[in-house]
Amino acid sequence: MHETTYEPVFTGDRKKQLDQLLPRFPTKRAALLPALWMVQQARGWISDHAMAEVAEVLGLTPAYVKGVVTFYTMYHQHPVGKHFVQVCTTTPCNLCGAEGVVKAFLEHTGCKELGATSPDGKYTVIEVECLGACGFPTPVMIGDDFIENVTPEGVPELLRKYQ
Amino acid sequence: MADQPLVRLTIEGVPVSVPQGTLVIEAAKQAGVMIPHYCYHSGLPVAGVCRMCLVEIETTPKLQIACATQAAEGMVVNVLSAQAREARQGVLEFLLINHPLDCPICDQAGECELQDYVFQEGRSRTRYTPTYAKRFNPVEDFGGDVLYVPNRCILCTRCVRFMEHVAEEPILNVSERGDRAYIGIHPDRHLDHPWAGNVVDLCPVGSLLSKDFLHKARAWELDKTPGVCTGCSQGCNVNLDTRTDVVVRVRPRANLDVNQYFMCDHGRMQYRWMNRGDRIEAPLVAHGHELAAVSWDHAFARAAEIVRGTAGRAAVLASPRASTEALFLAKRVLGRFDLTAAFRVQRVSEEAPLIGVPNLALRSERAPNVTGATLLGYTEQFEVAVKALSGSAVVLVLDDPLEGVSADLLRAAGQVIYLGTVLPDAARAAHVVLPIANVAEEDGTFVNRDQRVQRYFQAKVGPGMARPAWWVLGELLAELKLGGPFGSAAEAFAWMAAEEPRFGGLSYQLLGTRGMVLPAGRPAGVGA
Amino acid sequence: MGYPHQPHLKETVVLSQYFGDAEARTYDGWVKRGGYQALEKALAMEPAQVIEIVKQSGLRGRGGAGFPAGVKWSFMPKEKKKPHYLCCNADESEPGTFKDREIMRWTPHGLIEGCAIAQYAIQAEVTYIYVRGEFTEPLRIMEGALAEAYRHGVLGPNAMGTGKRLDMYLHRGAGAYICGEETALMSSIEGRRGNPRIRPPFPAAYGVFGMPTTINNVETLASVPHIINRGGAWYKSLSLSHPKSTGTKLFSVCGNVKRPGNYEVTMGFPLGELIDELCGGVPDGRTLKACIPGGSSVPILNREESESCKLDYEGCVEQGTMLGSGGLIVFDDSADMVYQIMRLARFYAHESCAQCTQCREGTAWTVRILQRILAGQGEAKDLDLLLDLSEQMTGKTICVLSDSCAAPVVSGIKKFRGEFEAYINGTRRPRPVLVHA
Repeated sequence: MHETTYEPVFTGDRKKQLDQLLPRFPTKRAALLPALWMVQQARGWISDHAMAEVAEVLGLTPAYVKGVVTFYTMYHQHPVGKHFVQVCTTTPCNLCGAEGVVKAFLEHTGCKELGATSPDGKYTVIEVECLGACGFPTPVMIGDDFIENVTPEGVPELLRKYQ
Repeated sequence: MADQPLVRLTIEGVPVSVPQGTLVIEAAKQAGVMIPHYCYHSGLPVAGVCRMCLVEIETTPKLQIACATQAAEGMVVNVLSAQAREARQGVLEFLLINHPLDCPICDQAGECELQDYVFQEGRSRTRYTPTYAKRFNPVEDFGGDVLYVPNRCILCTRCVRFMEHVAEEPILNVSERGDRAYIGIHPDRHLDHPWAGNVVDLCPVGSLLSKDFLHKARAWELDKTPGVCTGCSQGCNVNLDTRTDVVVRVRPRANLDVNQYFMCDHGRMQYRWMNRGDRIEAPLVAHGHELAAVSWDHAFARAAEIVRGTAGRAAVLASPRASTEALFLAKRVLGRFDLTAAFRVQRVSEEAPLIGVPNLALRSERAPNVTGATLLGYTEQFEVAVKALSGSAVVLVLDDPLEGVSADLLRAAGQVIYLGTVLPDAARAAHVVLPIANVAEEDGTFVNRDQRVQRYFQAKVGPGMARPAWWVLGELLAELKLGGPFGSAAEAFAWMAAEEPRFGGLSYQLLGTRGMVLPAGRPAGVGA
Repeated sequence: MGYPHQPHLKETVVLSQYFGDAEARTYDGWVKRGGYQALEKALAMEPAQVIEIVKQSGLRGRGGAGFPAGVKWSFMPKEKKKPHYLCCNADESEPGTFKDREIMRWTPHGLIEGCAIAQYAIQAEVTYIYVRGEFTEPLRIMEGALAEAYRHGVLGPNAMGTGKRLDMYLHRGAGAYICGEETALMSSIEGRRGNPRIRPPFPAAYGVFGMPTTINNVETLASVPHIINRGGAWYKSLSLSHPKSTGTKLFSVCGNVKRPGNYEVTMGFPLGELIDELCGGVPDGRTLKACIPGGSSVPILNREESESCKLDYEGCVEQGTMLGSGGLIVFDDSADMVYQIMRLARFYAHESCAQCTQCREGTAWTVRILQRILAGQGEAKDLDLLLDLSEQMTGKTICVLSDSCAAPVVSGIKKFRGEFEAYINGTRRPRPVLVHA
């Protein structure tokens, strides 16, 4: 995935924001995860170009940054739908019918399969391992929103809020 | 480590004493026990990830990895206990489940630590049956000389650690996680670091391969001969791998005082010329304008006649790739003349250091024996020597390629004796041509930039009648009744050591395969 | 209390007192409820005194390992030669566990106060609170509370007006269960892959950035202000069974129960009572089949074991399992144990960091075997193979992730072998897996 032209992320306010983070740590490297979050918030995903930029800014190599990016599953290495839907299906939620919720999302978003983006570009649905809200089955994340107690029946109404 | 107090421990029943802080895996070597391992390498920081070196340590309930456990007083280590063997067998089984088992087409076969340990301790059959798919990733060209075959990778991370901690250019990474993990490289970067080729040697399996060596030979067909790299004045210790008298690969040979476990990519490629086909295969003597092949006896008689029949000024134009012995003997042949001895060496402006190892670099002087030549009184004023050729009664060329030296220039000199591996056009002006062996075809020594005298060994036979320069010059000296002849390079070296104070006391036996630094404080060179 | 439910009489409400009380989230609301008095008190003591009180309380790590918190703090160098760090482990990711999330959502200042006290006790200048990346709401709330705490001079260069400097930063994870392992968490804060590290050296000697570091779980740290306020002896007196398990513990109950949620009970509380009375039992018409008491990484209990299990560190060990993080997953008789164990194994395979061979390859292999059994293609020998692989995956790696994968597999086969065999011998209809790992 290469963009044809690349606009740097760390300019202006974002550069300032990153510079303010640096004194929190004794090493520049430690600002890597926050910097990657800033890229993802700005761009929706983290391209190879962006990794190279982050590397440059923090005095690391692009390969090192890529090794880190690929370790953490929340960083997107490819563009995803406007609304990124993560449904917890690990055991506690699974016991309470989480797979039905996944099916409902796949059906109502038009995403044919997990990880694929719907034809209208609006949704990407994935199964995610334990979201840490097992007492509220089934928890779902849509973008940065954390939604508890989602049932298959509740999916269509929920999706109306995410157009 | 030398000042550290010793601790005593027992490994497989063998008592050993090691300095405090020594890792069990290293202590075991002293006990004569090789603990199987993949991720551990003495030249890299400890990772402790392959879990292959699990051993039993009495009084410790869980098995411990020998690569990250320090030897302690009274420790009792069992490497071959049933518990330890089972654990390692388990690791081997796990490593093989996604392995393609393509040994028949793998370059590493025969020198593969996965093969070796599975043969030694593994299960005879896999239980990963019958229908599971194996992990598959396509072969990737990492750039430089390196090819990555991810399907064979066991993720020991030696390559990643080498690039990060030794080369200090982290352009490799572990990408993804779990059983999806592989060694990654940023798409815009290549493994073109001047020392990157070491990752191929470090890889314990056939995952990182040399493109240069790809499918060239099976490991078991290779003969390994200790040598010294000719690429620069660093003097990295190497092994020349030969197959039926052809050098097919150069790899580093461990020497903690010189190159640790590494060599640079430039050095690795310094072998192709060792296999040149256009060699001089017989002594030649000028008849009119033609050079005609003759016997060694005839050639020596003619050369001796030349040396005896003249007087005055003489010159030696030597290659700094010649052995110390040859450089010494060449000057002895013309010992009674007013002698100019010179060499030339290619110098590039930048050194290419391997940052993580002190005093290790691809040096700017691109020849192995500049120091040897200098110690023996050769100067780098090659051009001055060439200009003075016309006034010289005798010129002896010792394997200088004569680039930029015309036949006419040589003819202006009185008589020319040419010792060489190949015959450049200008050398056709010589009166006697004596064919010599190249570095792969003889025993000899080089003196590296730190004045370490290091032996190299004959790896293959020379073509035709070509002989080592020390032999040729020894015979000539004998013909002249000035010394020699020598039955071996060791004898030639011994004579030099007796005659040349800087080399006093040294012998081939003392030098061994690791070399010795010349004692300081003695006058350098014959002329000094 | 069992948020979102009303507190049950049998609960001992300490940490969860203000769960659901939005006002308690604010600085003013927290102070009104007696907040930050403990910090003030602690800052007036010598660090060693604070450690002594926590030692005396018997408070043990609530993240899973159960190591005495005061003892852990006392491992930090007394004489300070290098910077010290406190890491608060808020990377709550253990399946079945969701207590730290509620602590951060409802009592962020309680956590900040606990961190500040610990930070002072171990003489650290900085605390990093490592919050899992998915916890967007807790992150937002914690961020607000931290800003308030700085604004009100609780933190900063002149903490609580004492002239002492206390800094505290949030650090957001990015989706990696393993970062809840203490050394992996340190790697992650340093901007590395979340790889666990070999011990020794231990964090107290060589922790984050190579400096002396203490890492505690959210619940552990949130308990500290209460201990300082009410005394170590009070906390120690909260114990229903074994004297080495003291205080209250939040149990996150989930799975097949009527009222899932967080329940705070005194250590030693009977597991059966927690399920039947506090959580209202399993759904009507169902019976209890099994429990995992300590988050998914501990051995499964069958019904009989569950009913006689006392919920404390020793009581769980007595039943052959562990208290772990206190994430209680309840299975009723409708649960397909084979499928759910496969799901757990899949979780671990997904989360393996890829360093150790046994874990990287073993977790994935385990999933494949379980999926084949579920698909009706298993063989009788597969169960022994699973047990043998689990043996190879236990106690042989840098961290315990692969042990954690093995625990439910081994206990599952031991206690519910019939269910596995039913798939293998064809008496149970195959259940192909929705999506492959």
